[in-house]
Amino acid sequence: MSQPPPTATYFQNLANGKFMIQRSPSTGEWVFYPRMIAPRTGAVDLEWVEPSGLGTVYATSVKRMKPPAADVNLAIVELDEGPRMMTHVQSIPPEEVAIGMRVRAQIVDGPDDGKIVVFVPENAA
Amino acid sequence: MTRGSHLRGKAAFVGAATFGCGEAPGYTAIEIAAEAGRLAIADAGLKPQDIDGLFICLPADFLSGMTIAEHLGIHPKMTNNSRTGGSAFLTHAEWAMLALDAGLIDYALICYGSNQRTGAGKLVSAQMPSPFEVPYRPNNPVASYALAASRHMYQYGTTSEQLASVAVAARQWANLNPEAFRRGPLSIEDVLATRLVADPLHVADCCLVTDGGAAVVMTRADRAKDLPKTPVSLLGAASATWHMEISQLADVTVSAAQESGQRAYAQAGYGPADIDVVNLYDAFSINTIMFLEDLGFCAKGEGGPFVASGAISPGGSLPVNTNGGGLSFCHPGMYGLYTMVESIRQLRGEAGDRQIAGAKLALAHGNGGTLSSQATCVLGLLETI
Repeated sequence: MSQPPPTATYFQNLANGKFMIQRSPSTGEWVFYPRMIAPRTGAVDLEWVEPSGLGTVYATSVKRMKPPAADVNLAIVELDEGPRMMTHVQSIPPEEVAIGMRVRAQIVDGPDDGKIVVFVPENAA
Repeated sequence: MTRGSHLRGKAAFVGAATFGCGEAPGYTAIEIAAEAGRLAIADAGLKPQDIDGLFICLPADFLSGMTIAEHLGIHPKMTNNSRTGGSAFLTHAEWAMLALDAGLIDYALICYGSNQRTGAGKLVSAQMPSPFEVPYRPNNPVASYALAASRHMYQYGTTSEQLASVAVAARQWANLNPEAFRRGPLSIEDVLATRLVADPLHVADCCLVTDGGAAVVMTRADRAKDLPKTPVSLLGAASATWHMEISQLADVTVSAAQESGQRAYAQAGYGPADIDVVNLYDAFSINTIMFLEDLGFCAKGEGGPFVASGAISPGGSLPVNTNGGGLSFCHPGMYGLYTMVESIRQLRGEAGDRQIAGAKLALAHGNGGTLSSQATCVLGLLETI
């Protein structure tokens, strides 16, 4: 049986306050971003599972803005479960985000209608 | 002993041209592509009606194959609109080589044109935004290359000064090229003094936004020898795609250029040590460093010290982007075709003050998306077959 619509399911889960990603029970592979098929194994028995929400900064940049707009962090975070995602690391100055920093997920309002996942340093309040 | 694959040297470049590099006010993208095409066909000693294979990829015209055929008044047997971003034109050469060898076509035209500087005033992209990137508003494409650069610095100790030295070398080459859009002195300090766009990349680490067109004509080796210009043989051509979004590349410091390069070298029967001149797609300064590593000109992680040593500058051991590259020569949205045009000009001995004496083998490399699509061509004079 084909997957329910992956993109729509992801954002609907976020709207319900849940950060969920896909996982294949048969192969153990975690998948992000959400797809019709697991990209390495080809598994299609994908279930929606809540990851730990913990991860590590894999790459980081600062989107420099024209004042008075504030500069914005843009990062790739590697989830402890394996997959990577583009995101923001927030609650500290954008240029202080460092590769290797431990972070945890938060659900916040996105710039459009929906919710998005951002990260803050793991030990932040 | 036979070298490489049975395809090596079966096809040759017999025409090459540029038009409107920098600013071409008033012209549409198709008009710029058509004029570059007309000039390349004339350079080959052919007429437009001789062209029976047409290859094009324009960001703003999804059906540009038909548009350009009609504009040139030709009826191609094969119209190829393959779109892999800035690497498209090198993949076009790969497919033209196959179609020529199969006898499906006799003369292939690959062309491109853009008026993005005087028309749109900014980069025109045909890339479909990802629903998983858009909510984070990345200033793509620079954001994705900046993320790769941050990781390259973390893993290998690459510095902003080393990145800047790529832009400085490109400018030194551009200063030898009267067609280059951005000329004049540029120091590492000058690059670092420009505004940060996406850390660690400054404005001067980023390619230009210009107008411009380019075109090449290919035919089979047997026909090439009857045409006026020195034929430049296509010895190897290979492509590879590993990802689309930068977050999905397994190691963002290693691109699929590693794979396309290995296959192109194997086809050509030559390796990096044999290459006299390299023209690669330098959309950002990090590209030059990564591609030189991935294509085997230095070890992975040593690209920073390699470029900072002056090796790629005029007078260095490995001439890279002798036209000034996308950083200082011209960057009309997609630059890939210029890597082939400059390689052809160098091998023909037409490169004026920037000519590499005795150049026999050239490598052209294209990049599309966000380090996503890589395509490599090895070109050589007849004596290298």
